Amino acid sequence: MTRAFDGWSLTALIVAALVALPLLSVFGLALSGSGDVWAHLVSTVLGNYIRTSLLLMLGVGVGVAVIGAGTAWLTSACRFPGVRVFEWALLLPLAVPAYIVAYIYTDILEFAGPVQGAMRDLMGWKTARDYWFPEIRSLEGAIAVMVLTLYPYVYLLARSSFLEQTATLLDAGRVLGNGPWRNFFRVALPLARPAIVVGVSLALMETLNDFGTVDFFAVQTFTAGIYDVWLNMNSMAGAAQLATVLLLFVFMLITAERLARRGRRFDMKAGRKKTHVHDLKGWLAVAAILACLLPVLFGFLLPMSVLFSHAMVFYEDSLNSGFWRHAGHSLLVSSLVALVSTVLGLVLGYGARLSGSVLTRYASRVASIGYAVPGSVLAVGIMLPLTQFDRSLNIFSTRLFDLPLGLVLSGTVFALVYGYSARFMALSLGSVESGLARITPSMDGAARTLGANRSETLRRVHLPLLRRFLLTAILIVFVDSMKELPITMLLRPFNFDTLATYTHQFARNELFEEAALGALAIVAAGILPVILLSRTITGGDR
Amino acid sequence: MKRTISTAVIAAAMLASVPGARAASEEVNLYSYRQPFLIQPMLDVFTEKTGITVNVAYAEEGMLERIKAEGENTPADAVLTADIGRLKDMEDAGVLAAVNSEVLSENIPAAYRHPDGYWFGLTTRARIIFASKDRVGADEVTSYEDLADPKMKGRICIRSGKHLYNISLIASMIVHKGVEETEKWLLGVKANLARKPQGNDRAQAKAIYEGQCDVAIANTYYMGNMQTNDEKPEQKEWASAINIIFPNQGDRGTHVNISGAAVLKHAKRKENAVKLLEFLASETAQSMYAAQNFEYPVKPGVAVSERVQSWGSFKADTISLSEVAKHRAEAARMVDRIGFDQ
Amino acid sequence: MVSALEYENISHKFGDRDVLRNISLEIGRGEFVCLLGPSGCGKTTLLRLAAGLERLQHGIVRLGGTIAADAAHHVDVAPEKRNVGMMFQDYALFPHLTVMENILFGLRKADQKRIDWVKDRLAYFGISQLTSTYPGTLSGGEQQRVALLRALAPHPQLLLLDEPFSALDKARRIEMREETGALIREAGATTLMVTHDGEEAMFMADRIVVMNEGRIEQIGSADNLYMNPRSAFVASLFGHANRFCETVRNATVETPIGTFDAKGRAEGERVCVFIRPEGVVPLTDEEAGRDASQAEVTSSHYLGIASHIHMRTIGSNSGSAVTFHAQRSGRYLPRAGTRVRYHVDPEHVFVFRDDGTEQDR
Repeated sequence: MTRAFDGWSLTALIVAALVALPLLSVFGLALSGSGDVWAHLVSTVLGNYIRTSLLLMLGVGVGVAVIGAGTAWLTSACRFPGVRVFEWALLLPLAVPAYIVAYIYTDILEFAGPVQGAMRDLMGWKTARDYWFPEIRSLEGAIAVMVLTLYPYVYLLARSSFLEQTATLLDAGRVLGNGPWRNFFRVALPLARPAIVVGVSLALMETLNDFGTVDFFAVQTFTAGIYDVWLNMNSMAGAAQLATVLLLFVFMLITAERLARRGRRFDMKAGRKKTHVHDLKGWLAVAAILACLLPVLFGFLLPMSVLFSHAMVFYEDSLNSGFWRHAGHSLLVSSLVALVSTVLGLVLGYGARLSGSVLTRYASRVASIGYAVPGSVLAVGIMLPLTQFDRSLNIFSTRLFDLPLGLVLSGTVFALVYGYSARFMALSLGSVESGLARITPSMDGAARTLGANRSETLRRVHLPLLRRFLLTAILIVFVDSMKELPITMLLRPFNFDTLATYTHQFARNELFEEAALGALAIVAAGILPVILLSRTITGGDR
Repeated sequence: MKRTISTAVIAAAMLASVPGARAASEEVNLYSYRQPFLIQPMLDVFTEKTGITVNVAYAEEGMLERIKAEGENTPADAVLTADIGRLKDMEDAGVLAAVNSEVLSENIPAAYRHPDGYWFGLTTRARIIFASKDRVGADEVTSYEDLADPKMKGRICIRSGKHLYNISLIASMIVHKGVEETEKWLLGVKANLARKPQGNDRAQAKAIYEGQCDVAIANTYYMGNMQTNDEKPEQKEWASAINIIFPNQGDRGTHVNISGAAVLKHAKRKENAVKLLEFLASETAQSMYAAQNFEYPVKPGVAVSERVQSWGSFKADTISLSEVAKHRAEAARMVDRIGFDQ
Repeated sequence: MVSALEYENISHKFGDRDVLRNISLEIGRGEFVCLLGPSGCGKTTLLRLAAGLERLQHGIVRLGGTIAADAAHHVDVAPEKRNVGMMFQDYALFPHLTVMENILFGLRKADQKRIDWVKDRLAYFGISQLTSTYPGTLSGGEQQRVALLRALAPHPQLLLLDEPFSALDKARRIEMREETGALIREAGATTLMVTHDGEEAMFMADRIVVMNEGRIEQIGSADNLYMNPRSAFVASLFGHANRFCETVRNATVETPIGTFDAKGRAEGERVCVFIRPEGVVPLTDEEAGRDASQAEVTSSHYLGIASHIHMRTIGSNSGSAVTFHAQRSGRYLPRAGTRVRYHVDPEHVFVFRDDGTEQDR
């Protein structure tokens, strides 16, 4: 009878606490002393770290927004040859790990690579001083690689937003005298803004947690600094403090965006779906094709063909029974995580909707920013509570039954699934939330007054209406889990390799030809989900 | 809904109990900082000989935190590392066990093991200088100090100053010559760089071959790997464009680092762990290291591979590696201070 | 007799804002009651409290004599257990279900009697052919009918309607009022409806509850409220009125269009005089006595049942002229500029204390 503390809110709160736990343990680590690490950093490299990170974020942010939103608009509002293919092909780079793309472009574009080599042969240049060529291992190079691999987040969300915009609104824009371009900037783009912002912030969180790419490109970001303090100065506390500062920064950014958006409502009433599509002809069509082709070419086709050619050479070395086992592990863990993370996201999102309590809302907010934490640091944050639990359990079981149980949670597949789910909560929860936001609260009220309880309402009303968003969550989390590395590295059981760790052991040594088959398999496993994803978005419109 | 969650949890828990974390007598569990593909051949022979299965978990970042957090519940029995720094960190953290083994004491020279048996070096690798055959004169570079000479301006390539091999080299300089001298030297090297520090040691060889720079600092085994790479024959060409220089033969000797191993304090299968270490220090494993990875065996009398022999013998710096490891943080800060990587 | 719905000392806050202040109200079985008031007056919250969609913060809600929610004892029966039907302003039809699936959503098992009832009513509404279509394809009126049938299908003990006609155009609204009213009365459901349209409330309700700023301002039948509004606020809910605020002198109040009795008002009190347009009747010369006031017509409009005339008092100078509205049944269209005499019917004159609020419309 009493509703003060019902099952749903409680469950949601527990889930939120579990997801936020790793972050809390990072904060906990930050509380211990770190000696004079800060004084050292401030007087030497901290300014450079911050400047580099901000420039990187700026570059990646602008890049993914322009490419992501631009191609999303082209594929949802225009008709030109190949648009049906680009609809899904533009998502493909999502399946490629950024550091692999970094390796490939370095190989191609560095001084010793084939492009510059050919130029030197052709022009008779001898040394680097004879000509100018952009340095790939640079901030600009890192921006380019990250834009190429991260723009699909914006594309995905912006496109589904464009597809949802009702024709009435766009027609209103046209009637008020806007040309198609002006209409795009004045009506369609502002309406899609929340979706674009969410996409960009996902891309930026990925940018901030990346270590592989920036390390390889020798770009000194804040995250690189965290690793340096941790591993070279042997100060976990210092690293945790830097990570905490990073999180506060992310939290401020998100809060600022929310404040800026406050008071504007973006939810849309059902209306006539888009009917008119701009038919592009002549040079406009060519420009559109180029605009869609280039990101796919450089973000997917080119890297894939390089990987493919390497994989052909090293095919026999790499393709052994171990390889299939690793692939099995990857698929197993990724599928499990995709399901668990989506279910948890649903519980959290629906629980927050039901209770509307500030606590639940903020807990889920905090849980989501874990995505911005460098993976290895988050991995330590996940490991600590798990081992602590195991320790207590062992003390308990030894006292009671004289039976030490060993590690029950940490160092097991459970630890991996928990770690991944916590890390990718931003993705699944974000998708669930944007779906829930489209269901007016009166739907809940209608179902409840018609005799359906909360769980029944979820099953009979929300689940069918959320189907598209749940599928999106499952697919994105799956693709990202296939690429996941640092949590697997630290939390896995013995003899447990995934495609990502298998690839990494070679990639780490820049033996990237040996790594090619593994990388190719990661991408291949991601292609099908990515195509499904695209169909899910488009399908929701029909 | 709740049923779905509990099903997932149960499934996860069932999966969790699959791999061999349980105590079984004929097993040994290994945490490794070294990539599995480098050590697997030796481990396979060990299993073949003793019947003891080796379970490996490989990680680089956070392995020490994992050992500390697991405490007495750790399933791991031994660790393998690729340098002295990690061994020293673990020793300082108090997670290692002292091992008293006659075999190990006999096979490993005192300089390459902890006096009380907390850790053992298994192979050594020298931090040497790669020099372009065409563009570097015979006696132009003979020591690390020469790299700071203004005549080398714009001719040096190197990986990140923060990489543990370079940190170790800088730390050894600090031990020998003090902070001030070392910093002056490092500034000199920085002034001579042809490009921002990047890539690994092999990438530096490639840059020499392509003419981007004339000299580089690298570990010995990279040379062996390139010279014998049949699958990527272009690397043989890179190697053939390069002369190997063992620096400082006239004075303190060339800086060497070790890859090593240790037994954990809370090991459940300590005996098997010691057996594994003893095997890795044995003639069989030592010659495999030498043959496959082009490393220098620590066991006296084990022949280095022919390839390694062809580089000539050299005088190694005999300074205490423990002492060097102590100055790593100082070295890392120096790299920041002078902005070596920027 | 046990009341169908009873509110006892209900107070409610959203954050710091008081939405409901100590409301008590009883609704009898089979009664049709309207909650009338401007947006933000708390009427929708009151409705949602009855359904259990809002958690009760203070007071008691009883349904059919049983406690549905009691804040002091932390009792709050879940909405699905209250047997209450609710129709939402946006209809809240489930887009993934067909019309028939929507309507049958609340029926536990295949209750053939209710299904037959539903089919009957679909036929009555003339939308039988739509049962297997999806709500997205329906017109506003059709959606409204489906939502109503869905709420009534489980045979609720109480029907709650939240601005049920606000999404319809005016012509459709009047048609739907009649249809809806008839169906509800036929179903015999006790009904509580929220609206901000006075005319709608007058048309539909047995009893109207006027709410303002979280309080009940007045309760009564349509006739009662119209003829005896207790405040300027209540009076203003039923159409536009002439309003003059003056000071009481000698138990009378003097306005630009006449002097009126101010019984029961203190000397010197500020009061506002409300005069409905139908209380200001232009007179033909034959009807008018010599002493009737005169005013100048500024415009006149024929509205079918009656004619509406805008007039201006004739002052000593144009600056002091005051405009007001008058009404006369039938077609009566004096030209602008004409001077006409008029009569004020005291039945339509209300004197209220000046509460400082501006006229609503």
